[in-house]
Amino acid sequence: MSAVLPREVLICAIARLLDGVRHVAVGASSPIPAAGAMLLRALKKKAGAPLPRISILGSVEHNFFTNGSAELFDCAGQGRIDAFFLGGGQIDGQGNVNLVGAGDYPGSTVRWPGSFGSAYLYFVVPRVILFREEHTPRVFVDKVDFISAPGVSADGVFRQGGPYALLTGKGLFAFDKEVPGFRLESVHPGHDLDDIRQSTGFEFAHEENPQQTALPDAETLRLLRGDVLDELTETYPAFAEQMRKDHELALKACEVVS
Amino acid sequence: MVTTLRDMAKQIERGMSIALPVDYAGVSMAMTGPIIEHGAGDLHLICVPTGGLQVDQLIGAGLVRTVETSAVSLGEAGGAPRFNDAVKKGSIRVMDATCPAIHAGLMAAQKGSPFLPMRGLIGTDVLRYRTDWRVIDNPFADDPDPIVLIPAIKPDIAIFHAPVADRFGNVWIGRRRELAAMAYASTNTLVTVERIVEESLLLSETTAAGTLPAIYVTSIAEAPKGAWPYGLWGEYPTDTAEILRYARAARTAEGFEGYMQTGLMEPAI
Repeated sequence: MSAVLPREVLICAIARLLDGVRHVAVGASSPIPAAGAMLLRALKKKAGAPLPRISILGSVEHNFFTNGSAELFDCAGQGRIDAFFLGGGQIDGQGNVNLVGAGDYPGSTVRWPGSFGSAYLYFVVPRVILFREEHTPRVFVDKVDFISAPGVSADGVFRQGGPYALLTGKGLFAFDKEVPGFRLESVHPGHDLDDIRQSTGFEFAHEENPQQTALPDAETLRLLRGDVLDELTETYPAFAEQMRKDHELALKACEVVS
Repeated sequence: MVTTLRDMAKQIERGMSIALPVDYAGVSMAMTGPIIEHGAGDLHLICVPTGGLQVDQLIGAGLVRTVETSAVSLGEAGGAPRFNDAVKKGSIRVMDATCPAIHAGLMAAQKGSPFLPMRGLIGTDVLRYRTDWRVIDNPFADDPDPIVLIPAIKPDIAIFHAPVADRFGNVWIGRRRELAAMAYASTNTLVTVERIVEESLLLSETTAAGTLPAIYVTSIAEAPKGAWPYGLWGEYPTDTAEILRYARAARTAEGFEGYMQTGLMEPAI
């Protein structure tokens, strides 16, 4: 079996972050979070444990809603969704998320798709995992240009949910709403604290020598590269195809080396 | 009731508000060409709750004044090029929303209520820029409890695509209830379908539960593969390669024109 690919590290980290949830919802353009949720379900199935429900927007296979696209939000409002993912064109040190655009709104210099359900789900879903592969100062900024969803709310504002963790292509952070701010939990293989500091536009707490993000064992990898990738193909065909190509390339590289 | 795509497009008048569904719910891509050909501009698009290819193409064709939406994107194919360009140039006005707020506005209209309250939003710039939304103090709470009110959204026309209609104008929408929500809230609803059947969909309990009754439907027209290159639930998958091809072509205004003119509005059946 070839070495663990960076995206596989992320997918496995997501599966761990989701451990214990009864129901996780995944947005329409989120193949890595979806893969993480599917991996968790596959691991639970193997262990004979209760399976988490997974709702993937836009999927037919992985979606049990029958009341249209409003049902996800109603379900979350009722407290029936434990975890959700948010990306962000910009994310700042207070956990604020910007999905709308860079520069002065509304004439944004760069326009992103829009806030989607974030301005609601961030308030009501207990375990929101912020996920963005690109870890650069242009993404992780001191202050977002537009608040699609705020990291914390003033006292007296209805708030049952919010940021739980921030996962990037370089590391994993936890969120402390009392600060409010992020704390670096672990660093992915191939990166270090200096690298992360230079790539992050906000201050964050950290150990002097942060630990490395845990890697998946062989059985987890086999599940991920087999059943999970097959499941993923229905909703994210282009992504699944790319993952397969990456494996082939990695395998060929291994053959060359050996 | 049963008509043609071109005749349906003629019901659109300059300045109207048009509700269009999310890319996986049943987008009537077959109507995009006739709408552009008809040419009624200055449209106010309401994306339920987000927009994609159709919205991007209507913007690219210069027919759109305002987009009320929670997002516009081409999904896996990336950002919506004509939308992004129009925002940068300031040639369209965007009323940024969040998905459940669009649903709340339609739900208010469905009930004939002036507004619906919803959680979340407080402290966001989405709320800050939506001067048409209000924050009140929950009158039922003992302690101060601010909550947002979303006014009813009443589109002039809803347009979507579904697998089946019967000749009486009943449309089978299955579990895609946002299509019903759009129709309830809108003055007129134009539906394209894969096929029109003879027998009433209301005769069987199995199909009746997932059927939008004709009372909410203004016109239907047959359009096989009418969601292409989007997929249609239970019928055919999304043609991702075609959407990627559009995404590449429409990076420039010229590329967009070229794509739209070369007869690519026809599905490759």
